[in-house]
Amino acid sequence: MTTVLEPPTPDVLATTPVEDAGLMRRPTEPQGVWSWITTVDHKRIGILYGVTAFIFFLAGGIEALLLRLQLAKPNGTVLGAEAYNEVFTMHGTTMVFLVVMPLSAAFFNYMMPLQIGARDVAFPRLNAFSYWAFLFGGLFLYSSFLLGGAPDGGWFGYAPNTSIVFSPGHGIDFWVYGLQILGIASTVSAVNFIVTMLNMRAPGMTLMRMPIFSWMTLISSFLILFAMPVITVALFLLSFDRNFGANFFNPAAGGDPVLWQHLFWIFGHPEVYILILPAMGMVSEVLPVFSRKPLFGYPVMVFSGIAIGFMGWGVWVHHMFAVGLGPVAVSAFSLSTMFIAVPTGVKIFNWIATTWKGSLKLTTPMLFAMGFIAMFTIGGLSGVTHAVSPHDRQQTDTYYVVAHFHYVLFGGALFGIMAGIYYWWPKVFGTMLDERLGKLNFWTWFVGFNLAFGPMHLLGLQGMPRRIYTYDESLGLDFWNMVSTVGAFTIAFSVLVFMYNIWRSHKRKVKAPADPWDARTLEWSIPSPPPHYNFAEIPTVHALDEFWHRKYTEDDDGRPVRVADPQGGEGGDDDPDHDDEHHDDEGHGIHMPSPSYYPLVAAFGLPVMAYGMVYGRSSGQSYVVVVLGAVILLAGLFAWAMEPSAEPEEHDHEMIEAHSGEEPVLVAAGGPAALEDGGQESGEKGGQPAGGASEDPTDGGGGGPAPEGSGP
Amino acid sequence: MARAGRLRVLWTTAAAGLLLVACGNQELPQNTLDPEGPVARKLDNLIDPVFVVAGLVFVLVQGLVLYSALRFRRRSDDEAPRQVHGNAKLELGWTVAPALILLVVSVATVGTIADINRRAEGADVVNVNVIGHQWWWEFEYPGRGVVTANELHIPAGRPVALKLTSEDVIHSFWPPKLAGKLDVIPGRENFMTVEADEPGTYFGQCAEFCGLSHADMGLRVVAHTSGDFDEWVRTNAAPAERPNEGEAGEGAALFRQKGCASCHTVNGYSAGELGPDLTHLQQRKVFAGAAFELNEQNLRVWLRDPPEEKPGSLMPNLELSEDEITKLIAYLETLK
Repeated sequence: MTTVLEPPTPDVLATTPVEDAGLMRRPTEPQGVWSWITTVDHKRIGILYGVTAFIFFLAGGIEALLLRLQLAKPNGTVLGAEAYNEVFTMHGTTMVFLVVMPLSAAFFNYMMPLQIGARDVAFPRLNAFSYWAFLFGGLFLYSSFLLGGAPDGGWFGYAPNTSIVFSPGHGIDFWVYGLQILGIASTVSAVNFIVTMLNMRAPGMTLMRMPIFSWMTLISSFLILFAMPVITVALFLLSFDRNFGANFFNPAAGGDPVLWQHLFWIFGHPEVYILILPAMGMVSEVLPVFSRKPLFGYPVMVFSGIAIGFMGWGVWVHHMFAVGLGPVAVSAFSLSTMFIAVPTGVKIFNWIATTWKGSLKLTTPMLFAMGFIAMFTIGGLSGVTHAVSPHDRQQTDTYYVVAHFHYVLFGGALFGIMAGIYYWWPKVFGTMLDERLGKLNFWTWFVGFNLAFGPMHLLGLQGMPRRIYTYDESLGLDFWNMVSTVGAFTIAFSVLVFMYNIWRSHKRKVKAPADPWDARTLEWSIPSPPPHYNFAEIPTVHALDEFWHRKYTEDDDGRPVRVADPQGGEGGDDDPDHDDEHHDDEGHGIHMPSPSYYPLVAAFGLPVMAYGMVYGRSSGQSYVVVVLGAVILLAGLFAWAMEPSAEPEEHDHEMIEAHSGEEPVLVAAGGPAALEDGGQESGEKGGQPAGGASEDPTDGGGGGPAPEGSGP
Repeated sequence: MARAGRLRVLWTTAAAGLLLVACGNQELPQNTLDPEGPVARKLDNLIDPVFVVAGLVFVLVQGLVLYSALRFRRRSDDEAPRQVHGNAKLELGWTVAPALILLVVSVATVGTIADINRRAEGADVVNVNVIGHQWWWEFEYPGRGVVTANELHIPAGRPVALKLTSEDVIHSFWPPKLAGKLDVIPGRENFMTVEADEPGTYFGQCAEFCGLSHADMGLRVVAHTSGDFDEWVRTNAAPAERPNEGEAGEGAALFRQKGCASCHTVNGYSAGELGPDLTHLQQRKVFAGAAFELNEQNLRVWLRDPPEEKPGSLMPNLELSEDEITKLIAYLETLK
């Protein structure tokens, strides 16, 4: 018995009954471009997210360099006002929606299922759909550069500047519908991750044994789930104003531009935590491993993350302290903003305590993680100064704020993500990144970052507003602006070092062992890179840091002692293959979901609808193309629903035949084999399923009939 | 060695920064750390101790991170540090301690919020309506019959109550040395107080992104002695005298023929509403959103092609000949 991701034998092909909805033949390529396009494997989707987000990172970085070139000297002439406004809008939108969020999603996708001992996410095809929607949303947004001008209203798109009166071009439309598509991608994947984490943890993995990165993934996913609808509503209102003459934000007709600000920041502030919590999770994984100590106060780290997630909903007005909302509202939100610093501070001290009296190995991931603590602290402290709202009337909309949030999102999120990339690279690609280049990467990154963004604190306090394409020499701001530009190019150099490191590792292929860092969590218990089915046997979890406890015990003094006979998981090169019932050294008889075209087809409908909306407005309210896009979307969804999540395998066919006539084919195809596998394994180990853990990664027909409905 | 480099960068940046903040007042006309009026000073007094506390926390955390990185560096692969899983007392400690510090800060903050939201009242308060336009400022002095643009003239040492509203998009009125910014929102009225200690010219600019020429939407606050202010009001409340002969007279006629008059008010001659009131243009030192100094050369360049000088300017290129421009400038120079 082979899995469907292996090359099917002619025999299998011959006996596979053609029984899908019939739009397209099921893809079967195990390798090559098409295997990536049709993949539903969470690991491949994770890599796709990562690569795509990195390309967008380069685009957003080039935009940043253009901005810094323009501002390097007073009265710069590199970009005109219009180009500058487009570029800063796209820089912000790109970095938030197309870089940091999807880079986090790359890790959610790849690592979370491995960390919780699952074989895939709950809804593999939905996962593919999220990726394609993200890609199409990003390409749609960027196509605006070629189609008459990119959006120029800022990533925050304040009304009424974004109304049809003040922004008659198509740029804002591209922004509105681009974000709508990206919102769909994020929301769908958040649902997917939440369901996965709540239902598919390995037996014995209670929530309080779940690795901290997965915990932060869970919290971020909930934030995404609740925050995205708010901006979706706001964008819908804006698009009705623009396309259909509504007046939600038009003060002349009784609308209110401040309503937009409330909606945007009710989304926008949780969004900040959506961006930073995953990085906090990565750092919380890296620090213990390279300190040889467990995470200090794991429960406190979990609950402070939850506290940040909750409090993050009650601070949005601190983006609006200059709006004039009155002393009561301003006081309330000053206090809430101040006190959200408390759980954040707890995290910082717990991280330091994790390293305290440890045995610190300053590898590249560890450097980035410690750099994260140092830099994020600066962002946190300047955040507290914003909470002093009377003085925020001086700070807001100046470069002081630009400095602040870059210390949070670059010094925080991107430092954390870099730590995560260097830490998990061997696991994902099976090769080691070079440490010397890594250190060069870190130090240029660190110095460049501080040169670029440190001076912005001063520039802001010295009276340089944000979003200005030019400034006069009379303001006395030239020196620090030049320093900042030099810093930006230092970061660019650092990124080149990083890319060279990747290229070199690809060339040299220094093979990575399963557990190169002596790590603590389950993803390190399987080979690098992991087989497509992840775990040959679903692990049973007995402790937090399960994998570490398989390798070590603590002596009376609380010091780690290596276990004589480690049950090191499946990763060791000399680890004999498990005595699988099927005696199959390829697929372990594990039934994985089959690749599919339909997530791609369905997602393709979204940009078509979006172009239809953009050009429908300027072509006499003709929305035919929107209908076309909707038809593509619905056709994709319909075919998807009709398609079994996994193609039947040989012995399944007999069952199908046995039940044919009574049993719906798609249910029979996905269900019995999977159930059978799961039953055997949990039976073998007698593990206690935690939270309804299921080893079956197939999604029961795209959210249709659930696996329990599939038993014959 | 790398660490030493990192330290050096940090400290030299910080030190150079402090130095520049401390002694760079002359060249930093929008420096928030150098308040020159009571409103801005309240904000500065509130934030200064917060900066100090934040600085201490900064030093503490960076010190701990550095110390940990240096002191606990792995020296042998056999090291087996004690496995500490947490410490409830410590964790409670570093939850409560920051909360207490923040409590103190929050009390001071709320006090100042109440303070700066109090409206200026009294006989010596000057009221001004501030109207934001893309991309210039209009100032009306109710009861004084004065309307001007881009330069807010006030008496020093007296509170000035501003009522802010916008004609188009959201702007933000920000004279950093005199007060924090406040948004200027269409359909809403916002109120703020500014006051200058001494006579002088104070820089400011729009702080809310308001479209294409946001960067060119500057402003000046000009504080006079009380006597000079009254004199300024008298001058600016009077209608303009209309020249009838010479280049200026021809310029006045062109002002109507070319359509200038349909957008610009010259009290006693025209009543346009879209552009700045030009009745006493020569009383100002800057024009077009304080983007340019007012002089003959700059006016000439401006009149040749306004959108070229200020992107998105609503004042179109009127295709004026050099001769027409000369005449118009001659007229504008009579608007004293």
